[in-house]
Amino acid sequence: MGNLGWETSVSDELYDELILDHFESPYHRGELESPSCTHTERNPLCGDRVQLQLQIDSEQRIQQAFFDGEGCAISQAAASILCEHIEGKTLEEVEEFSAAAMLDLLRVQLTAVRQRCGLLGFKVLKTLVYSHDGAAGGSA
Amino acid sequence: MATIGDDFPILNRPLADGTPLVYLDSASSAQKPRVVIDSLSECYESYYANAHRGVYQFGVQIDEALEGSRERIARMIGAESPEEVIFTSGTTMSINLVAQAWGRSQLSQGDEILVNEMEHHANLVPWQQLASQTGAVLRHIPLTDDGRLDLEQLSEYLTSRTRLVAVTGMSNVLGTVNPIEKLVDAAREAGALVLVDGAQSVPHAVVDVLNPRVDFLAFSGHKLYGPSGIGVLYGRRELLEAMDPFLCGGNMISEVGLTESSWAELPAKFEAGTLPVAQAIALGTAVDYVQGIGFDEIGRIEGALLSEAQQRLTEIPDLVVHGPSIEHKGAIVSFSDERVHPHDMAELLKRKGVAVRAGHHCTMPLHARLGIVASTRASFALYNDSSDIDVLVDGIQYARKTLRRG
Repeated sequence: MGNLGWETSVSDELYDELILDHFESPYHRGELESPSCTHTERNPLCGDRVQLQLQIDSEQRIQQAFFDGEGCAISQAAASILCEHIEGKTLEEVEEFSAAAMLDLLRVQLTAVRQRCGLLGFKVLKTLVYSHDGAAGGSA
Repeated sequence: MATIGDDFPILNRPLADGTPLVYLDSASSAQKPRVVIDSLSECYESYYANAHRGVYQFGVQIDEALEGSRERIARMIGAESPEEVIFTSGTTMSINLVAQAWGRSQLSQGDEILVNEMEHHANLVPWQQLASQTGAVLRHIPLTDDGRLDLEQLSEYLTSRTRLVAVTGMSNVLGTVNPIEKLVDAAREAGALVLVDGAQSVPHAVVDVLNPRVDFLAFSGHKLYGPSGIGVLYGRRELLEAMDPFLCGGNMISEVGLTESSWAELPAKFEAGTLPVAQAIALGTAVDYVQGIGFDEIGRIEGALLSEAQQRLTEIPDLVVHGPSIEHKGAIVSFSDERVHPHDMAELLKRKGVAVRAGHHCTMPLHARLGIVASTRASFALYNDSSDIDVLVDGIQYARKTLRRG
């Protein structure tokens, strides 16, 4: 399936090492000082919230990605994993990044309900990428 | 020794992985005793027909069973006559019925409807809709920090402009049991009607619509150990008689011409279309079952569970139980664990066989008032016992350990 990330080794356990590591010590949780763009979404059912901020350079490459928010371990760990994954990628590369590839990155099997948690950050990313006007560096 | 739990087949079957079920989501929907399941089967197997239509044997038999159920429900809630008991699809439809059939013709610009922040969306959104249709204004009784109605300044909110007070008998999240008598007295003085959302309160304690005198009482069958798809609206006869129909169609008419029609007598006026008749009959069986155990006994069982659950959960560090102290509430314990998000909590409790609800429980304004977006809710019913609380508490510790927050 996904060609943008890890070797996939699906675990039966929902809360496996990778998820818990990112939940415990998230990668780039916080805010950028002057992000190129910022967007937030909520999962209306459980109230999970993920904000994503990107620093995009003149070559349309994501220099830095930061997330913030609150919610279940899956939504927050997935946002952290996402930030780590997309840094250094161009917007064009990110446009091709699929939901299936995002779920593969998590390396656990999610039920339909929990996929909404796992894909919350991804949804924010897609909104950002498609609404980004291409103006690099400055404010959104 | 036989226990009440033995009456409920679903509680005596292990889950697919062999774990015993610990069902703590009765505030969402209660499980069904064998007698209710049998009542449904018996109806379909031995005398099913549409209600109010057949002169053949089953037609007569089903009408007798249906009206017998209505009479039992009327007796349980203390209604003056069975005609004041309208079968609906549930609490939500009952409240919408009042909002539209009473409210649309009775309310106008500047009239006020008094609600509050703890209401379930089903007792909030129909009034918002009615307000936008009629120009009426929605006002809110504030809550105390421990989740009770703050009635200190009631006269400020409940005035001569108030036409209706819509209030829940018991909060589906906090468990708060509201002082209906006090509200009824104040409403009567102000000339306002009172609608009680009894979805949570009716299954747990004696309700007598004459004391205190409520104008409307809405409740659901499925939380009262009866089938889903059936519920009740009780309305005071004079009010129901003066109201226009809500849904129009078969059964609710007296005479139909090509351009106009006249309405049937109560309760048929509000029962358009084919009723879920087997469910309505089985609700009567559920009423018999509950009354056979008795509300005193139910109160004793649930009171003991509440007291134990409240105490044991409160002892857990970094865990907050929402709502008032147990004297002011029914058998619902909603909590926030600062270490485990409700969604993860429900998921991890599931592995221990525990069924709880996580989310906003259809009370977004209440959760906003509590400053949280979601909570975990354990709710108890007459079939639960102390061992269920043991599993819940162990499950919370298991969830924390799994998330490395133990």
